[in-house]
This record gives sequence, structure tokens and C-alpha cells, in this order.
Amino acid sequence: MSPAVGQPIPRKEGRAKVTGRARFAAEYPIRGVVHAIPVLSTISRGRISSIDTAAAQAAPGVLAVLTHLNAPKLPYRPFERPLETSTRVGVFFKPLRDDVIRFNRQYVAVVVATTLEQAEAAAALVRVSYAPLRAISSFEEGLSAAHQPREKGSRGLPYQRGDPELAFAAAAVRVDQRYTIPTEHHNPLETHATIAVWNGNQLTLYDKSQWVKGVQQHAALAFGIPYDQVRVLSPFVGGAFGSALRPWAHIDLAAMAAQVVKRPVKLSLTREAMYGTTGFRPETRMRVRLGANASGTLTAVMHEAWGQTSTYEEYTENTLDATRLMYAVPNLSTVPRLVPMHVSTPQYMRGPGEATGMFALETALDELAVALRMDPVALRIKNEPLADPESKLPWSLRSYVQTMQLGAERFGWARRTPAVGSMKDGGLLIGMGMAGATYPALRFPTSARIRMNLSGSVTVLSAATDIGPGTYTSMAQVAADAVGLDVALVNVELADSKLPYAHAQGASALFASLSPAVREAGRQLARQLAARAVADQRSPLYGLKAETLTAVNGGLSGAGKRESYAALMARSDAPLEVHLTSAPPMSAPKQSTHCFGSHFVEVSVDPDVLEVRVRRVVSAFGVGRVVNPRTAHSQAVGGIIGGIGMALHEQTHTDPRYGRIMNANLSEYLIPVHADVPPIEAVYLDEVDYAIGPLGAKGLGELPIVGVAAAISNAVYHATGKRVRDLPITIEKLL
Amino acid sequence: MRAFNYSKTRAAGDAVMTVSGQPEAKFIAGGTTLVDLMRINVETPAQVVDINALPLKTIQALPGGGVRIGALARMSEVAEHPLIVQGFPAVSQALLLSASPQLRNKASIGGNLMQRTRCPYFRDTALPCNKREPGSGCSAIGGENRMLAILGTSENCIATNAGDMAVSMSALDAVVRIRGPKGDRTVNLVDFYVVPGSTPNIETVLQHGELILAIDLPAAPHAARSHYLKVRDRASYEFAVTSAAVGLDVQGSTIRSARVALGGVGTKPWRSKEAEAALVGRPATEATFVAAAQIALSGAKPRSQNAFKIPLAQRTLVKALRTLAGGGS
Ligand SMILES: Cc1cc2nc3c(=O)[nH]c(=O)nc-3n(C[C@H](O)[C@H](O)[C@H](O)COP(=O)(O)OP(=O)(O)OC[C@H]3O[C@@H](n4cnc5c(N)ncnc54)[C@H](O)[C@@H]3O)c2cc1C
Ligand code: SF4
Repeated sequence: MSPAVGQPIPRKEGRAKVTGRARFAAEYPIRGVVHAIPVLSTISRGRISSIDTAAAQAAPGVLAVLTHLNAPKLPYRPFERPLETSTRVGVFFKPLRDDVIRFNRQYVAVVVATTLEQAEAAAALVRVSYAPLRAISSFEEGLSAAHQPREKGSRGLPYQRGDPELAFAAAAVRVDQRYTIPTEHHNPLETHATIAVWNGNQLTLYDKSQWVKGVQQHAALAFGIPYDQVRVLSPFVGGAFGSALRPWAHIDLAAMAAQVVKRPVKLSLTREAMYGTTGFRPETRMRVRLGANASGTLTAVMHEAWGQTSTYEEYTENTLDATRLMYAVPNLSTVPRLVPMHVSTPQYMRGPGEATGMFALETALDELAVALRMDPVALRIKNEPLADPESKLPWSLRSYVQTMQLGAERFGWARRTPAVGSMKDGGLLIGMGMAGATYPALRFPTSARIRMNLSGSVTVLSAATDIGPGTYTSMAQVAADAVGLDVALVNVELADSKLPYAHAQGASALFASLSPAVREAGRQLARQLAARAVADQRSPLYGLKAETLTAVNGGLSGAGKRESYAALMARSDAPLEVHLTSAPPMSAPKQSTHCFGSHFVEVSVDPDVLEVRVRRVVSAFGVGRVVNPRTAHSQAVGGIIGGIGMALHEQTHTDPRYGRIMNANLSEYLIPVHADVPPIEAVYLDEVDYAIGPLGAKGLGELPIVGVAAAISNAVYHATGKRVRDLPITIEKLL
Repeated sequence: MRAFNYSKTRAAGDAVMTVSGQPEAKFIAGGTTLVDLMRINVETPAQVVDINALPLKTIQALPGGGVRIGALARMSEVAEHPLIVQGFPAVSQALLLSASPQLRNKASIGGNLMQRTRCPYFRDTALPCNKREPGSGCSAIGGENRMLAILGTSENCIATNAGDMAVSMSALDAVVRIRGPKGDRTVNLVDFYVVPGSTPNIETVLQHGELILAIDLPAAPHAARSHYLKVRDRASYEFAVTSAAVGLDVQGSTIRSARVALGGVGTKPWRSKEAEAALVGRPATEATFVAAAQIALSGAKPRSQNAFKIPLAQRTLVKALRTLAGGGS
């Protein structure tokens, strides 16, 4: 029996998803459910001076209209520690608490009615008057109040090694440029939704979430009830990209409304509401200075970032982390700053921090390569560090150079002629560009339960979510190998807060966190079954030594004898369960653990009308063992498409006079459509890295988007000679 | 969305009578514009009259080579109809470059002519907009105007007419056939749309209750040799930043007749007779095209974010003409 890990096993939940049987949060058929529609503020800062709900109250079907004047004041017990996925500084937004407006499209009322249409119609009748205050709605205005983050640690604090100013001044070749990424919104296809059901003082939430345990904790504290009185379910998630990592205020609103009307309440956010209330990638401006000697050895790197945050919380990204470890350079500084604005709080969005910072660093490196007349791959290889330049720890496995070599070969990089505008196809200019990628390999304490059922099949249980990466499938693979049976016989149940604790599905950490628990629990289960078999006179294995048995092919064998799990369990009157928590070692890390990759991109640019289209992408990744090439492929391709959007399309437009997002819909907020997605080849190095887990796998969720925008921008430069340093690359920037 | 009454009619005359008798009534065809706007409370009709059962779906040849397109023919049918593909390639291309296949299957030709602007302020009831609320002010002039118009604007409104098909049909001398309470009339498509002036809420000469029955496209050599080029921010499913519909009749190397209309830049589909005059009688060369393109944009008034549309529209027009003159379509 060959191991299931490493096989391209089709998604366990695939059929349910494509046949519509997979239920998403808003789709649960709850008897007697009524509908809540929030009313959103139309100013960005100030107070509500009056709110007239009479017409809405009187509208057909309306059960309640809640505002700050009549909404129950939830207890909001303090967290012992802030949730890992929330910001660490500031006070999270509590809806309908007071008359203060902190951002545009803030909740100012919620209308509950028997039908969705009645709730929508009544919500349009709520009249709100405001006493506005001058809001900071443009980055330029916010800059005057820019400050160092109050958060400490690697993201919050400035960092320096050597003397970068001096080295930069003395460098033979210098790059000093500014780079910007605009505000971007996650825009998962499935909009955020919550159904709240109270049963006495038990609260059940059907929610779109990347972390049901986080939502459970949040809701319990908000309503002042014990954790075990809250149950959160989120078995299927239609994309989230980070927006569902943190519990948002609509969850409180749904549960609050359900309490008031004493009926189950469904609150499904509109696309427009999500632009105000479920986070975004913060606009970030950066300055990068690179110094090198004439042969291309980096002598100085300085990277500064100014990132947008809200006024009531501080959201700080890892924007500068990658810069500190990417290349060998003795003199380096990174300086983070925050720009508070009257916006809602930003939120991790795919590749948070790294995607932003690496756009600047990897574009600057291309500029340096041009200045040095050096091949950009050769420049990167030249500055390859032997150990982590920041922590000084050895790499567990750093395969950056190998990804560039593999990627360059598969792409045909050698055919690239370096001169700007030198490549053409018919009437189109062709450009080829590349950039590197990195993301940390992380692991967090996580639990799992595994059960041998009476039929001889296995069930894996965990509160972890599967927002699309394939956790249902990968955990079945891990369990199948640990217990020794076919993947088809493993059933995986996830995303119910009643199940064993799991870390959030974010930061590419879930597989590395959950798989050790599943694996070890599965092995223990097999050992317990072996102990049972050898002690049971009815078993053909009776009397053998348990340690000598092997778990394989759906049963146990040893000394030429064999008993299937089904036969063994047929004599049992209860399933057998093992519950286990697995955590990374507590001691200080002895190795630096990261994933690496590189992207090679070909673009075409129409010389007349300057439309840029990506023609093909080859990306190579070093992520340790690839657990399932099929689900890995969809992760990689999805991330790369996200990178195409970042490079060419995505931008949230705010009118600074009103602080209002003007493209709060999927028509005017552009993301790539099918015709924008070229052939994408994702290839992986054949490698294993046991530093963070026994399966030798790291993580693949965040990495693929990192660096894509730089590779595209570098390709556009190669085609046109125009260096676009503020995303997205739109036509007017090339004219 | 506001609650509304719904009725369905089977005779064009009934539809006209119902809507003209009720100031807050609207026709509905594919609903891809109307329902969108109703959901965001920008359109709030009290009554919606479904015209989909009216016998206005045919696409037929007219004596003399023209084509009559029923107002209820769907965008997708028209785009692929042999009479259109052969006689009016620019119209077929403009339709195929519009919206998405699903929308084109649903949306009607009459509704397409009547689609509303994509100006973001028009669609946000929280902010001032003269078109939506006359007299409230134009938010776009000092705000988000990258996609908005540079031709035919006024200090009251700079909203782009975002349609593609209407640009191609404006170039090719389409005629709109209309039925109203007082009888039938025809209007040339170029006169069907009006610039905003001081009444941006009025976009066409269609009176309340008047129903579009059909559009006639007259045959011509420059129609059979026509081309639509659309420039946009992504490869599909997106409105034009700029576009050009062109038709040329070239004999020897001399342009005998020419048609030019621009999209994405005008408050109405922007037919440029001046550019046409600069083409006719001249050799079909790059220099001629560039000169015509300069003339086509000569009256343009850019705003804070859309000055790039002047050179871009010129380049779009030149490329469209060059493609056509080069024999491509
Ligand atoms: C996401 C999206 C993308 C789009 N992209 C494009 C694009 O790229 N290019 C483009 O050109 N268009 C685009 N459109 C617009 C689309 O083409 C129009 O919505 C469509 O053509 C309208 O036709 P309909 O039949 O659905 O009209 P409806 O919504 O039914 O009606 C629209 C208006 O016309 C009136 N009306 C309808 N029929 C008649 C008639 N016979 N006589 C008088 N009045 C009538 C209605 O009362 C209503 O006011 C897009 C639309 C959407 C939603
Ligand atoms: S351009 Fe026209 S539609 Fe847009 S805000 Fe101004 S008045 Fe309204």
C-alpha cells in the first residue's frame, strides 16, 4: 500500500460542492428564520444626531429596528489575551454601542423582518442625521499623524544591522525609489453571513469563518456566557483570503437581533457592506534604498513602510519581515510606520505583509539589476545568504536558488533578451520578468480526535476549517497513512466548535499545525487496536506481540497473520477514540523555517493602446513535501491569479471628500476574469523539511501570491521601459 | 428595493398606454439594468411593465440591404446573426465585447440603448448627483472621474454613456423606431441621445411611455467594412476606457466614405463628423488617421483623473482605422 500523502487525491468534498449539497453559512435551512439587514453610515466621522425609525418600524413584516438607542448593551467581557487573529492594540469595534461614527459604512441600525425583501425595503426607510466631523480619508492627510506602531516584536519595531546609511552613501550603484500598493478588498465570492439561533441561553452560529474557535470565544465574551454555551459551525467556506479570520461585528448584530426578536436571525452581508465592515489590505507606501558594489553584491538595504490603519485599532503587517531575510546584506534597516485614518480596521489578506513588502523589494532589485546590467536571477543568486541574516540561525531548508533555477528552465528564461522593448510578437511588445517569494513556515498548537468506527472506517474530527485549501482531503490522507487504511475509508469532520481545538486556517499554518496531531492520534489508535487484538482470543493475532504488528491495508498483520479493522471492530461494542494535542517544541527555535519560491512571467503590451495582458506564468516553489499535488495546484494557481489582480486590476477607490469607497461592488472593483488568466504552471521542488513537522511539509496558502506583482511589473518594464511603482499597472501609467 | 406592481403585456399599444398613464411606471425587458438599479434604490418605479411577450424579437433584412432589429432581440442573437456579422461587423463586435455571455443572453437591444451610466455617484444614493437628483450637484467633477466623459460634458454632469453597441450603431447611421401614445415616429440614433447640459436627468429624446420597437441599420460599403475596437482595464467583462467604431470605404488608396464614433469618452455615443470629413478624399495612411484622431478629440475637456483619455482615444481611433485599412476587421 503506497502512502496516501503525496498522492493527487480528489477533493473529499468536491462532489458535494459542485452538486450544491455543501451548505454554506447563509444556506442552512433553519425553521422560522427571519432576516436582518444593516443600515450603514454615510459619513466617516462624527456623531449620529438623530435617527428616525418610525417609517421602518411601520413597514410590512418588520419585527425590530435596532439602533444605538435601543439595542441591548452587550457585556463584552474582556479577553484574557486578544485573539491571535485580531489586532493587538486598540479596541475592536462594537456595533450599536454609541452614537460615534468611526468610519464610512459603519453599522448604525439593523432592521429585522420576516422576509429578506421586507427587511431590505424597511432598511431603506431608516433616516439618519449626522453631525459630521472632519475625517482623515486620504493617505496624504493621514501621513501627518504617521507614527511607529505600538505593537512590539518583528512587525512593530524598527530594525537595523550594520550601518546602512553609510554603506548606501558609499555604494557604487544605488536605487532609491518609492512604491505603493493601494487598498485592496478580499472579495471572496461567498459574502459574509451569519445565522444566529438561541435555544434558551445556548447560542448556535452558522457563520462564514476561518476559525470557529475564535468566533466561539468572541461570541461567548460578547454575550457574557460560558464558552460551551456557544456553538459555531462553518463546514464550508466560499473563499475568504483572510477576511474571515477575525470575528466581525455582524456576528454580534445577528445574535443580538435574534435575542431581541426571539427568532433565529439570518444576516447576510451585501457585497457593498463588506467594503465597510470585513477588512481590507491596507494602502501601503514604501521607500526602498538599495546599494551594491559594481559586481552586484548588496552592501545596503533600507526599507521603510507606511501602512494604513484605523483610528480605534492598530493593524500592523509583516511588511518588512521578508526584506530582512531575503538577501545577504550586512547593512540593513527596516522602519515600520502606521497611518491612522477614519476607516475600518484592515485585515490580513492573502500573503499579508509579504505580498506588500516583496512587491517593493523585488521591483527595486530588478531596478538594481538594470542599473548593474546584470541578469536579475544572477543578481539574486549572488546575494544568497548561507544562514538567516536576521536570526543568524541556519535555514532548515532554503531552496530559493533552486526554485529560480527550476523556474528559469521551465520558463525558458535563457531566451529572454535583456534590452528593453527587444522582444515582439506580431504587433505586440513582449516582456519577461521574474521575482522571488517567501513566507514563514509556522506551526501552532492544535488538537484532533480520531475514531475507529464499528464498521472499520475512520473518522477524523477537528474544529479546523477548510476554506478551500483541501483540509478535508489532506487530513484524510494523513489519517489513512497513520492508521493504515485506504483514504476512501476516512471521513473528516471539521469546523464545529464542539470538536477539538484547532488554530485558525491562516498564515499557511493549518496543515503543519493539525497534521502532527492527526498523525500521532492515528498511530496511537492503531497501537491500541493492536493491543486489543493480541489480547483477544477471538483474533487471529491473539498472543502476538503488539509492537510487532503493522497497520496496513485496513487492518493489522504480523507473523503471516492478519485481521481487518472491520473484523476487529465487529467484536467491539463501542468505537475507539484517541484525542490528542500537538504543539511545536517550546524551546527556542534552532533553525529558521521558511518557504521560498520564484515567479517567471511573460506579458504582452499593445504599443498603441497600452493594454497589458499576462501571457504565461511559471512559478516554482520550495515548500517541503507536497501533500496533495491536486489541491496544491489549486492553491498555487489561485494565489498567482490573486497576484495578477494585484498587479493589474485591484484597487479600492475612496473619494477623500466623503471618505466613501466609490467602487464597492464587483463591477467597478476589478479582479481578473477568466480571459485575464493565462496558462499557469506551478512546479515544486522535490524536497522534504522536517523542521516544523513529521510529514516534512511546510505551507502553501500564502506563498504563491507573494512576488507575483513584482514579476509582472518587471516584465512590463522589460516590454516598455516604463517602471510602474504604484499598483495597479493601469493604462494611463504607461502612456 | 421599493415594493412595486408588476404586469405583463402582449401588445405594444397596451404597453405604451399603461406606462404613459402612470408617471412612475417603467418597461422591463432583460432587467439587467433596471433590476440592478432598483436593488440599490436608484430606480424606484411603482409599476413595472414586462414587455418580453411583445412580438419585437425578429431580425430581418430590409429592402435595399439594411437590417431591422426588433427591440426585444437579445444581444447574443444580434451579435451572431449573419446579416449583422456580414453587413455590420462593428455592431457584432461591439456586442460580443459587451458584458458577459450570460448578460448578453438576457439583455435586449432596446434595453441596451437605454442602459444608464456607470458613474459611481449616480449609483450611490448617499452622495449628490444631478442626474439622479436634479440640483443636488455633480460629485464626479471633483471626485472619481477616471472613467467619465471628456466630450459633450457640462458643469452639471460628465457621465459617460457606457454602451458599446450604441457607439457602433451611431457610427453606422442607425434609426430608432418608436411607438408613443400619439403614434409612431423615427429618430436617428445620433439624435436619440442628448448631452447633459443643464438637465443631466434627460438622456434621450424618448418621452415617458414611448416604446422602442426596432432599430434599422442602413446598408453601406463603410458598414460592411466596419470595425469596433474596445480598450479596457481587463481582458473581458468590463466597460470601455475608450473605444472606436469605424467604417471605411477605400477605393484604390483613397477613402471614399468614412464613419467614426467614439465610446468611453462622451456623454453620448460620440459620432465625429469632423473626423469623417478629415478622412474622406484622403489617402488611407497613418498621417491621415492621426490627423483625423486629433480632430475627433479637439473639443475634449479633461478632468482631474481622465486627461489620459485624450491621447488614448486618439490612439484607439488610429489603431481601429489602421486595422480596417490594413484589411483586417
Ligand atoms: C455587470 C454588467 C456589465 C455590463 N457590461 C457592459 C458592457 O461592457 N458594454 C455594454 O454596452 N453594456 C454592458 N452592460 C449593460 C447591458 O448591456 C445592459 O444592462 C443591457 O443591455 C440592458 O438591456 P435589458 O434588456 O436588460 O434592459 P432593462 O434592464 O430591462 O431595461 C433598461 C432600461 O430600458 C428601458 N427599456 C427596455 N426596453 C425598452 C424599450 N423597448 N423601449 C423603451 N424603453 C425600454 C427600461 O424601462 C429600463 O429603463 C453591462 C451590464 C452589467 C449588469
Ligand atoms: S457625472 Fe453626472 S451622473 Fe455622475 S455625479 Fe455628476 S451628475 Fe451624477
